[in-house]
Amino acid sequence: MIKGLALEQVRIGLGGRALVAIDRVVAPGDVLTVMGPSGSGKSSLLAFVGGFLDPSFAVEGRVCLDGTDVTALAPEMRRIGLLFQDALLFPHLSVGGNLAFGLAPSIRGRAARAAAVTAMLEEIDLTGFEARDPATLSGGQQARVALGRTLLSAPRALLLDEPFSRFDMSLKETMRRFVFGLIQSRAIPTLLVTHDPADAQAAGGDVVSLGDAA
Amino acid sequence: MAGALRSLSQRPLSKAAQPAQLRTTAPWLPGRLLQSVPPLVALLLAGPVLAGLAGVVLPAFGYLPDLGGTGLSLQPLRVLLDQPGLATSAALSLAGGLVTAAVALLGVLGLLAATAGTRKLALLQQGLAPLLAVPHAAAAVGLAVLLAPSGMLMRLAALPLGFDRPPDYLFPHDPFGLALMAGLIAKEMPFLLLVAIAALPQAEPERRLRLARSLGYGRIAGFTLAVWPSVYRQIRLPVFAVIAYGTAVVDVAAILGPSAPATLAVRITGWMNDPDLSRRFIAAAGALLQLGVTAVALIVWRGIEVLAGGLSLHLAAAGTRLPHDRSLRRLVILPALIAAAALIAGLFAVMLWSFAAVWRFPDLLPDRLTLATWTRTLPAALRPLGTSLAVGAASSTVALVLVIANLEALRRRHLASLEGSDVPAYLTVALALPLIVPQIAFLFGLETGFLALGLSPSLPLLISVHLVFVIPYVALALADPWFALDPRYEQIAASLGRRPLAVLLRLRLPMLLGPLATALAVGFAVSVGQYLPSLIVGAGRLPTITTEAVALASGGDRRIIGVYAVLQAALPLLAFALAASLPALRHAGRRGMRA
Repeated sequence: MIKGLALEQVRIGLGGRALVAIDRVVAPGDVLTVMGPSGSGKSSLLAFVGGFLDPSFAVEGRVCLDGTDVTALAPEMRRIGLLFQDALLFPHLSVGGNLAFGLAPSIRGRAARAAAVTAMLEEIDLTGFEARDPATLSGGQQARVALGRTLLSAPRALLLDEPFSRFDMSLKETMRRFVFGLIQSRAIPTLLVTHDPADAQAAGGDVVSLGDAA
Repeated sequence: MAGALRSLSQRPLSKAAQPAQLRTTAPWLPGRLLQSVPPLVALLLAGPVLAGLAGVVLPAFGYLPDLGGTGLSLQPLRVLLDQPGLATSAALSLAGGLVTAAVALLGVLGLLAATAGTRKLALLQQGLAPLLAVPHAAAAVGLAVLLAPSGMLMRLAALPLGFDRPPDYLFPHDPFGLALMAGLIAKEMPFLLLVAIAALPQAEPERRLRLARSLGYGRIAGFTLAVWPSVYRQIRLPVFAVIAYGTAVVDVAAILGPSAPATLAVRITGWMNDPDLSRRFIAAAGALLQLGVTAVALIVWRGIEVLAGGLSLHLAAAGTRLPHDRSLRRLVILPALIAAAALIAGLFAVMLWSFAAVWRFPDLLPDRLTLATWTRTLPAALRPLGTSLAVGAASSTVALVLVIANLEALRRRHLASLEGSDVPAYLTVALALPLIVPQIAFLFGLETGFLALGLSPSLPLLISVHLVFVIPYVALALADPWFALDPRYEQIAASLGRRPLAVLLRLRLPMLLGPLATALAVGFAVSVGQYLPSLIVGAGRLPTITTEAVALASGGDRRIIGVYAVLQAALPLLAFALAASLPALRHAGRRGMRA
């Protein structure tokens, strides 16, 4: 069995035009960075892996998680976490509510779930933030809550869509270290889409450029 | 990149070549049950309208076995055409629709042109929104109390002009239908204005105005030539609805319109309720004529659209800039402001009347205020009030549930790209039908059908007929916010392992609580304001606050009229007030949920 996230002979095209061709395995804890100019199909690749690709795209190939084919599964059955450049915290829920929304249903009981949320808040350096309104958090704090929400769902892989592009220089540095550290310590295979070479460098893994490689 | 992927592009990836793979890319393909909702809603709307029209055509040609009409003949149409003043009635209806729409639309254009891109517009929007809730009948009563010879305006004029008897002119019920048109304009102008304001962002007013002004155009010319065409294109359906409504309205026309002869729709209602049942053949023939009058009005309007479009192109080609339009701007906002002021002042006058003991002309205020009229009238008003409340609450709730299911089905189908646009064509037509086809043209046929089926007047029957008119407005109110919610929220929720139903209940509905509450209030207001459906389906056995208010309006006592008009206006206003405060209460302390 191949551990991690395997993209097997994945080809994505639109209207007869080929966009993406990739055949890779991302090992647990590794980050595969996909780079390329806009329109090169980076987002289509992420949407395909996540299960959100518009059916007007033509696709070939399989997405496998730890040896299981998930290509035919609905997004909510895949357990592949998503992070966008916007935190997209649910505005009607508290910070704790956002985290609990992500927390896997396998953790049962009010006390156990509250404890899991509290532990995650500690891990993302936001101890005591349970009742806070997400709209009052800084950009970096919101991004950390979004990451915590995803991690609590115990994802088998992560998809990062330009996750640092909204931050200023110094915050970018901090957030990269934070995010990639957690990915490594939790051994989650990760697909990172970016146009910033510094992101790729900080991620430390392989880089696929959709402009010139297939 | 094209070069790098040439090897790939030589084997084109087409849908047709990969049928087996396609299934895998849309694993969230919508459930069959949910997908049956849009056709169901369309059937619910179009079914009664089309069945009702069919039920009118047959009696119009003499076929109505229950009343002894077993063969087809042109007799009903002949009798109809022999009715005195029929041409005048039809002309009044035609003019009522066209003049109302034209003046109201020009008023909206003037107000927007003078205020677009300024803070005044946002203030106006907030100020005018409650006026939308005021039922047509209450607004008409208010205008009558304001402008009648013994009304508030003449009381104000009496002292400076030195007269102490009401002057002699006919208002309401003037033979040219001016009072009727004034009433409709005052009520429809806020409606069209709010619809236009909602459509404004898509016309990019800031950028286009900045551009036009940098080319030397004044605000009014810049807005009219560069922004308005895009706004108008989006609000055509509401404009058509205003025209159709104006040509066929019964309650406002009964309160304000001419009486000798009355408008076509009022006369048809009279024939329908005539104790002489053979009059029903004339009523059916009249309903057909009404359908024709409304169709002609819409066709004429189409001609006006072409002319106005040509004029706009001509002005733009000529470079008409109207650069110094400050004083013109003050002028063009007047129609809308006068309409709003008349509506508000009329309602206040009506309320004052309901508390008045004695109020002689030309006194500006009653001698003293009393609760006597209220304590005397309220007991009898409670039952119709309860009926309105029950029918409004039930029909708006059912409509909201159906519209939610409908929009969610459309959204998921759109995600799965089974449809090119958000709304399939058959649904657009079905949603427009109840707004465009005159109520009187098909309700009569519907009632005949109910009688044939042995359905007697009942609350469920009244609720289901109200649904036909409530659903389109609830759908119009909810569609934009529904499709505007960032789809990435739902993608994140799915990636966190949440199923579509949980995402709908725990994310989408709570996040859209504000628009949902507003849509519910809109539906409630539409239901409470319905006159003809309640009159015809209720058949006198289910009086609502609106049928009672209209029936009393022709009577003499302004105090009692005042009580009913206040009650009728209070129901929807309360609903809107609740809708506005509910999200704030539910989502207190969530800054991201503030509108």
